[in-house]
Amino acid sequence: MTISSFSDPILEVKNLKMYFPIRGGFFQTIKGYVKAVDGISFSVRENEVLGLVGESGCGKTTAGRTILRLYDPTDGEIWFRKKDGERVEISKYTQKQMMPLRREMRMIFQDPFSSLNPRRTVKEIIGEPLIIHNIARGRELEDRVAYLMTAVGLDPAYMDRYPHEFSGGQRQRIGIARTLSLSPRLIVADEPVSALDVSIQAQVLNLLQNLKEDLGLTLIFVAHDLSVVEHISDRIAVMYVGKIVELSETENVLYHPLHPYTEALVSAIPPADPDIKMHRIPLQGDVPSPANPPKGCVFHPRCRYARDICSQQEPTLREVEPGHFASCHFAGELSLRGIGGE
Amino acid sequence: MNGTSTTDSLPLLEIKDLRTYFFLEKGTVRAVDGVNLSLQRKTTLGLVGESGCGKSITAMSIMRLIQEPPGKIVSGEILLRSRTFGQVLDLAKLDRHSQTMRAIRGGEIAMVFQEPMTSLNPLYTIGDQIAEAVQLHQKVSKKEALERALEMLVKVQIAMPKQRLREYPHQLSGGMRQRVMIAMALSCNPSILIADEPTTALDVTVQAQILDLMRQLQEDIDSSIIMITHNLGVVSQMAHFVAVMYLGKVVEYGTTNDIFHRSLHPYTVGLLNSVPVLGRKGKKVLVPIEGIVPSPMNIPPGCPFASRCPKVMPKCREVNPELQEKESGHWVSCWLYE
Ligand SMILES: Nc1ncnc2c1ncn2[C@@H]1O[C@H](COP(=O)(O)OP(=O)(O)OP(=O)(O)O)[C@@H](O)[C@H]1O
Ligand SMILES: Nc1ncnc2c1ncn2[C@@H]1O[C@H](COP(=O)(O)OP(=O)(O)OP(=O)(O)O)[C@@H](O)[C@H]1O
Ligand code: SF4
Ligand code: SF4
Ligand SMILES: [Mg+2]
Ligand SMILES: [Mg+2]
Repeated sequence: MTISSFSDPILEVKNLKMYFPIRGGFFQTIKGYVKAVDGISFSVRENEVLGLVGESGCGKTTAGRTILRLYDPTDGEIWFRKKDGERVEISKYTQKQMMPLRREMRMIFQDPFSSLNPRRTVKEIIGEPLIIHNIARGRELEDRVAYLMTAVGLDPAYMDRYPHEFSGGQRQRIGIARTLSLSPRLIVADEPVSALDVSIQAQVLNLLQNLKEDLGLTLIFVAHDLSVVEHISDRIAVMYVGKIVELSETENVLYHPLHPYTEALVSAIPPADPDIKMHRIPLQGDVPSPANPPKGCVFHPRCRYARDICSQQEPTLREVEPGHFASCHFAGELSLRGIGGE
Repeated sequence: MNGTSTTDSLPLLEIKDLRTYFFLEKGTVRAVDGVNLSLQRKTTLGLVGESGCGKSITAMSIMRLIQEPPGKIVSGEILLRSRTFGQVLDLAKLDRHSQTMRAIRGGEIAMVFQEPMTSLNPLYTIGDQIAEAVQLHQKVSKKEALERALEMLVKVQIAMPKQRLREYPHQLSGGMRQRVMIAMALSCNPSILIADEPTTALDVTVQAQILDLMRQLQEDIDSSIIMITHNLGVVSQMAHFVAVMYLGKVVEYGTTNDIFHRSLHPYTVGLLNSVPVLGRKGKKVLVPIEGIVPSPMNIPPGCPFASRCPKVMPKCREVNPELQEKESGHWVSCWLYE
C-alpha cells in the first residue's frame, strides 16, 4: 500500500450539528433541542489516531455516531475520502447510499458484554459482515475468520464457541475482529477499553496500536480517561457541551493547553505515582445542560479567566499557534498550566 | 496530635486470615480467601485489585452485610478497637443482627457505595434520609436530626444546602449525590469510613472535588478511611498505605511509596506495568498481564497468581506462600522472597 497523500485528510467535518428534539405535553410537541453536537469542525489525517475527550454528556458518542451516519445530522458537512481517492460529502446520504461506504468506516462499541449476540458463535459474529456484504462464505469465510482471530490474538480453534465463554478483553477483541472483517479504513472506537480491567485494557490498547501501524488504519478514539488517550493518540480534540474547545498534537494539548477548560480537566487527573503531586484547579458549579447552553462562551460560568466579553460573544475555534486550535477569546494571552507545570 | 493515648500505635482495625465464602448450588465461591490487613488511626488504606478479587466482599464482611445464606464468614478475625464499647471486638464473631453490631454499623464504621443512586431512596427527601441515619444512632429529636443534616450538607460543601434538604435524589447531579452519601456516612462521626469506588461513576473533575473533600474531612473529623478502587491514580494520591488483592487474598501490603516504587509481588509489578501513566508518553510500553483470573469457584492450589506469573516456579503451584514482612512494614506473599 502506498500512502499517496498523507496530508490529505481522510475525514473532514465542517460545522457539524446534531440536535435531538425534546418533546413534551399532550401532543408530544417539540419543546426544544438537546444540542448534543453543536457545530464542530475538524479533520482526521490518514493513519492517525485522533483522541476525542471530554466529560460525560459532552457529545463524544453522538459526534462519533453522527460521523458514521448512524444519525441524520441537523446541519454541517462530513467529507470522506474513499479508497479510490474520491472525496464525498455524506451528511445527506441515504442509508442505501451509505451501504458501500459502511465497509470503509466502522465503529467499535464500549461494552464488550452487550454488543455481541450471545446466541451466535464467534465465527458467526465475526463473519456476519462478510456475508451481509457478499464477500465470503463457506470455506473462504472460515479462513477469513481464522485470519482475523489470529490478527487480534485469539486462537481460531475457539471459532465455534459463544461469547460468554470468553473474558472481557477477549470479547472486546471479538468485537474488534468483527469491525476489521471488512478491512475498514476509518474506525470510530467509542470507549473501547473503559469497561475492561487494567491488565486487560493494556492488551486491547496494544492491539489497536499494532493494527493502526500494520494495517494503516485511521482511528477516532473516544474516551474520558486522559491517560489512555495520551497513550494512543497523535492528536487530541477536547469537547465541552457539544463543542470542540481545543485541538492539537497530544503533547500540546496536555502540556501546553490554550483553553481554560483543558487546563482544569488535565489538572483533575490523579497520576498513578505518589511522587507526582496534583495541583488541581477547582471548577465551580456543574456542567451546563446541552438543552440550554450558556450564551457567549459555553465555559464562561465556570471559567476563572472570564471577562465581560465571554458572556456576550461566542469565541470560534481558531488556529492560535500552528496546528494548535482553541476556542477562547484570550487563547495565547493567558498563561495556562499543563501536566507537570507549576 | 493532642490527647494521644498509649493505644494510638495499635491498629484501629485488624483483619486476620478472613475467609468469606458463598455456598451456591453449582459450587463454593471463595470470594475472600485469607485476607490480612491492618488500618492505623487517621490514615487512609487503599484496597486495590481487579474486578472480582474480593474488595467489596471484604468491605461488606467488615460491615457484616453479607447475606447469610448463601454467604458466610467461615473463618478469621475482624478486630475493631471499639470507641463505643471501650474494648477490642471481633466483629466476625458477633451476630450480625445484634445490638452491638447495629451500633457499630453506620455508627463507628460507615460506608459509601459506588452507585449513590441505588443507595439513596428515591421517595424521600435528602434531609429526611440524613436525619434518619442520624436518629438511628443518636437519641435526638427529628428537628435536631434535621439540623445535623444541614450541618453535614454544609460540611460536604453542597451549594444551597437549605434548599437541597427538601429535594429528592433525582434532582441532584451525580457528584452532589455522592456528597450526600458522604454526608450521611459521616453524620455519626464514624471512626472508620469505608468508601467503595466512591468516584468511579463520576467525571474526573467531579472526582477531584470529591477526593479533595474526603481528604479535608479526614483532617477535620479524625477518622480512618478504607478506600476501595481499581484506579491506581486515585490510590496513589489518596492512600498512606495500600493493600493489593488478587483472587480473594492480599498479596502485597505496604506504604503507598513501597507499592508504587518498590513493589515486590509479580502481580503488583504487572498491574503497574499495564497502566498508562499520564505525562509519561513514549517512556512506557504497556505490558499486559497474560491470561485471565481463575474463577473463585475453582481456585487452584498454591499461589493464586501462578497461572499468570512470569516468574512462576514449580513449588508455586503446590503451596501458597504466606504473607510475610519482607522489609519493615512491607508485606508480600511470594516464594521469590522466602
Ligand atoms: N438519542 C438521543 N436522544 C436525546 N438526547 C440524546 C441522545 N443521545 C444523546 N443525547 C444527549 O446528548 C448529550 C450528549 O450525549 P453523548 O452520549 O454524545 O455524550 P458522551 O460525551 O458520549 O458522554 P459519555 O461520556 O457519558 O458517554 C447528552 O446530554 C445526552 O443526554
Ligand atoms: N452474592 C454473591 N453470591 C455469589 N458470589 C458472589 C456474591 N457476591 C460476590 N460474589 C463473587 O465474589 C467475588 C468477589 O466479589 P467482589 O464484589 O468482592 O469483587 P470486587 O473486588 O469488589 O470487584 P469489582 O472491582 O468488580 O467491584 C466475585 O467473584 C463475585 O462474583
Ligand atoms: S472565552 Fe472567556 S470564558 Fe471562555 S474559556 Fe476563554 S476566557 Fe474563559
Ligand atoms: S509465588 Fe510464584 S507464582 Fe506466585 S507470585 Fe511468587 S513467583 Fe509468582
Ligand atoms: Mg459516550
Ligand atoms: Mg466491588
